[in-house]
Amino acid sequence: MRHSLTLTIGPARFRIGSAWKEPIARLRALYAAYPQEEGVADFTVRLEPAGVGRRWWRPSVRIAGDHMLPDALPMALRHGLLAAEMGMNLQMALGWRRHLLIHASSVEKDGRALVMTGESGSGKSTLAALLGERGWRFMGDEFALIDLADGKVHPFPRLVSLKNASVAAMRVEVVDGARFGPLMRGTPKGDIAHLVPPAAATARMGEAAAPALLLFPRYGFARDIRPVGQGEAFMRLTQASTNYVALGEAGFETLHRFVTGVPALAVDYESGEEALELIDALWADLS
Amino acid sequence: MSARTLMALLREPSGASGLGARAWNGVISAARAERLLGTLAVRLEGVEVPEGGRAVLVDALLDTEREARIALWEADRAARALAPLGLEPILLKGAAYAAAGLEAGRGRMIGDLDILVPRDRLDEAEAALLDAGWEWVKPDPYDDAYYRQWMHELPPLIHRERDRMIDVHHTILPLTARPKPDAAELVAESVGVGGGLRVLSPEDRVCHAVAHLFADGDLSGGLRNLWDVRCLLGEMGDEAALERRAARHGLGAHLARARRLADHVFGARGERLSLADRLFLCRLLARDGWGRDGAKLLGLAFYIRSHVLRMPPLMLARHLWTKWRKGHRPV
Repeated sequence: MRHSLTLTIGPARFRIGSAWKEPIARLRALYAAYPQEEGVADFTVRLEPAGVGRRWWRPSVRIAGDHMLPDALPMALRHGLLAAEMGMNLQMALGWRRHLLIHASSVEKDGRALVMTGESGSGKSTLAALLGERGWRFMGDEFALIDLADGKVHPFPRLVSLKNASVAAMRVEVVDGARFGPLMRGTPKGDIAHLVPPAAATARMGEAAAPALLLFPRYGFARDIRPVGQGEAFMRLTQASTNYVALGEAGFETLHRFVTGVPALAVDYESGEEALELIDALWADLS
Repeated sequence: MSARTLMALLREPSGASGLGARAWNGVISAARAERLLGTLAVRLEGVEVPEGGRAVLVDALLDTEREARIALWEADRAARALAPLGLEPILLKGAAYAAAGLEAGRGRMIGDLDILVPRDRLDEAEAALLDAGWEWVKPDPYDDAYYRQWMHELPPLIHRERDRMIDVHHTILPLTARPKPDAAELVAESVGVGGGLRVLSPEDRVCHAVAHLFADGDLSGGLRNLWDVRCLLGEMGDEAALERRAARHGLGAHLARARRLADHVFGARGERLSLADRLFLCRLLARDGWGRDGAKLLGLAFYIRSHVLRMPPLMLARHLWTKWRKGHRPV
């Protein structure tokens, strides 16, 4: 393809090709701290014109690649960076087999990992980003990769995808404006801006950590903490995993080890500060 | 032209050790798009590959092993549903290769389950499958009627709990196609593989693969089908019997073309290709290093050809008009 980039995030290497220059230039700049040398890629992502002439006329991006969704809607070129991110996520979700992949954010402190999972809007992404600025190591806001052999959590620290109100919230937290990507308004997921993770996240993206706590956060509800039983945690994590079925017995063994070894709590909160305070207290209780 | 590099590696796996990262990435994308990555992984076992390449191949092998396991389970479920009728389903394509332990099945992606039953038992078989939890997926009455009147199979059924598709065939080509395979002979010569399952005879397996490749469809995914043909021919005992069989099914010319192309793409290249063969070759090897179809116009031509093969002109016109009114547009 006319423009391309190789990008390594955690254990996965992507080859991203594009019919247009802008999305690749944006990726290259925002992922400047990540390895970009050419090599054997695990996945290929293509950003291609969504129809004849759509390279120039009302340019429209179809997300394609090794793994594709048959009925994915094309996106406007001004949202090209988001299209690239979605393309990479899609490859991981549909194609990754080397870990149990859970739709979750994760952060690490003192060699142990906190994993947060929940529906879109639960705040798991923003909480991980906030914790990453407050003394924790940010490991990822989208996928937690659980090792099939020893159960450790491997980082997948791609750009943080901030949506709507959390963009402003993180602008207060992160002074360095260069760490933000462009604000993309009116995307299928709302207003989105990407945030470059802290330097430690990329420098240590090969370092796994044993999981110590699993949270199911829920934003916008009065403060509450409830224990989550192992059976319920198991069921909810099978739904949050994109490759649990594909991994077969290995997926079952890994998820079983995870829920029997890691305490799980559901946490409701009304503000980021409240959540951070809760998490600090829960973390202190563990040790 | 990464499909050509893929072709070279399938023919001569040792070439993999000399590939750079860029060429390798092209091969992997082309192989994924052609659903041949598992096959490539089998061929490259024990061969040195570029750093980072082995993990991709191991993943692909695991995926195809799972596919085969699921396909055989689905076959078993179908056999169980049909057993009360005294019917043993004849497995076709991928599931048959897996059940019979054929080379073509190694590393192959399988997908839907295809079975063949005698045409006069089709209604019973359909009722038994519906009873056992399969459901119709084509809600459109035109499509449903079209399948029942003109196709070689029932409208696809999907299992409501396992979400897997089954295609129930009564012959191997649409009834409107020029060649008229002898379906009764296909059934009569089929062989048992245990577990209440059957597969076509070795000769008929080749005939079916050839018919599927050249007499039906637009050759998308054709490289994988040609690989099937290459493997099936390699395991053929009696060549003369195969020729007689192909002639009987009206597939003699298609078989000859399949032999020439399989020889050219995966074999010793002893045969001369005709001009038409070369068009087929371009279509089969159109995948570029990003996994895209690099010959879209040729693809469109083959798409049109697939319709011409399937229906006489007047019927085709009526069909296209109906589909157009329903909002269908060719991709």
